[in-house]
Amino acid sequence: MNRLQFIAMRLVKTALVTVAVVVLSFFLIRLAPGDAATVMAGQSGYADEAFMKNLRAEYGLDQPLPVQLAKYLGAVAHGDLGTSYVRRQPVLAVILERLPNTLLLDAFALVVAIAGGVWLGGIAARKPGSWGDAAVTVLAMLFYAVPQFWLGMMAVLVFAVWLAWLPPFGIETMGADFTGMARLGDIAQHMILPGMTLALYFLASYARLTRTAMLEVADADFVKTARAKGISERQVARRHILRNALIPLVTYAGLQASILVGGSVLVENVFSWPGIGTLAYDAVTARDNPLLLGIFIITAILVSLFNLLTDIAYSIADPRVELGR
Amino acid sequence: MRFARRFFSRPTALIGFALFAAIALVALLAPVIFARGPFSIVGMPLLPPGAPGLLAGSDVLGRDMAVGLAYGARISLLVGIASTLFAVGIGVLLGAVAGYYGGLVDDLLMRVTEFFQIIPSFVLLMVLVAFLQPSLGSTVIGIALVTWPQVARVVRGEFLSLRNREFVQAARTLGESDARIIFTQILPNALPPIVVVSSMMVGSAILTESALSFLGLGDPNLLSWGSMIGGARSAMWVAWWTTVLPGLSIMVTVLALNFIGDGLNDALNPRRRG
Repeated sequence: MNRLQFIAMRLVKTALVTVAVVVLSFFLIRLAPGDAATVMAGQSGYADEAFMKNLRAEYGLDQPLPVQLAKYLGAVAHGDLGTSYVRRQPVLAVILERLPNTLLLDAFALVVAIAGGVWLGGIAARKPGSWGDAAVTVLAMLFYAVPQFWLGMMAVLVFAVWLAWLPPFGIETMGADFTGMARLGDIAQHMILPGMTLALYFLASYARLTRTAMLEVADADFVKTARAKGISERQVARRHILRNALIPLVTYAGLQASILVGGSVLVENVFSWPGIGTLAYDAVTARDNPLLLGIFIITAILVSLFNLLTDIAYSIADPRVELGR
Repeated sequence: MRFARRFFSRPTALIGFALFAAIALVALLAPVIFARGPFSIVGMPLLPPGAPGLLAGSDVLGRDMAVGLAYGARISLLVGIASTLFAVGIGVLLGAVAGYYGGLVDDLLMRVTEFFQIIPSFVLLMVLVAFLQPSLGSTVIGIALVTWPQVARVVRGEFLSLRNREFVQAARTLGESDARIIFTQILPNALPPIVVVSSMMVGSAILTESALSFLGLGDPNLLSWGSMIGGARSAMWVAWWTTVLPGLSIMVTVLALNFIGDGLNDALNPRRRG
């Protein structure tokens, strides 16, 4: 299979995942007590049999399930995720308005996690069993056991309340009306605490992964060849070991994306970061089911697209990769 | 005995086991140790730890934090263990069928597993619990529904490698039914990795439950560590213990479970050590 075929296959797979997400959502709606008609009737404060029947007919709720499913799929394909009960706006518009803030936070966390993780993992791998190696293991152990939202609150307590180094919440200073660089700087300051909180868990796992991958690669033939050629140990570590050890990290970043999204929902809520995580919380408290479901659909599609990208990057980065399946 | 010796030869496993036993004891005996329930008000709000009669201080509403922490342990352990058992049940069944029969069933199951790996499972869990209405039951079911694929993968792998071993072929020759072979021949041999995975899942289920309760998606009639933290958000600035203590409780519990998991991994899979 050549690269183009591989990419085409992955595209088809991503499309199938998207359809599966929407079908799953269609059935999830049916878990909630009552249907859209009872909710709307409840909001209008008026409901007799005829009124309910009309509502159900209007929204197609009286039609057979497969017909409803087909209509639902069609609507989602056209970007219609329904109307938010509370905001009385299309769900998609509400989500898209918040999405950039979440993408900013998640991208920052991902970059910090990968850069920091590779750096720490490299230190740990250079001398297995050393003090630095043990520190990475202990840190990873702790971060796996700490609730991320609580870690964020502790960070607020220490760095915003006690030390007063950083702003505790929000994305920018309220009422300051900064513009240009001053505004960017302000946002960057607000991003440090939530971004680091989100990044630390992943930083620990990237460090462990880098350590394992580097130790594995260190025994490979091409590394021995490089050493035999008389290249300095530093160069061998950078050019030959690290580069090859980074390849599995790409796939791992894709696999971790879904966990990153879950983490950012919590972290956004701790820091009142105006992204889709805080939006999801608002949807839960207001029982705004279409909005909550829309967030699930959009985040699921974004994560599967991200996986597609990492798979393509992987197929380009590693010439040995077998493009089967 | 060899198993126990191997397990306890690891200091962290010993510490994990001791911690877990202590926490489980407090959880079980909470109604015996404390005369009052976790919701009863005992004094002024936000009294610091060490105030008369209040080992861990009081919370925003003047409730005894120590009682809350003890009762919170019940919820955490209950949800952690129940959801894991449930997930293991589904995962073993589907993983066994996929690994034993292979072919189309296997393909289908692996696609489902991949699907669960790609979609943001915490967001799906929020949808599940919110739509089913937050309660202890919906929390347990929701966590199980998003975590069973982990078990299914492990079980499938074990079944794939065991299904053509001689003892299985012998059983087949003797005319034993598929169900009998799956449950009495292969499953007992596939148990060690299942036990290791489940022990790790209990810890992560406890973390997930605390996150749900923190977001207000826990059972409204129960006090859990996560809801204690969520409820104390406004008090955090003036009364650190209201958030620090329940958070530490979660951390210590999950750490203990992860230590136990590592110990089990060492004791049960000597090949994979290191």
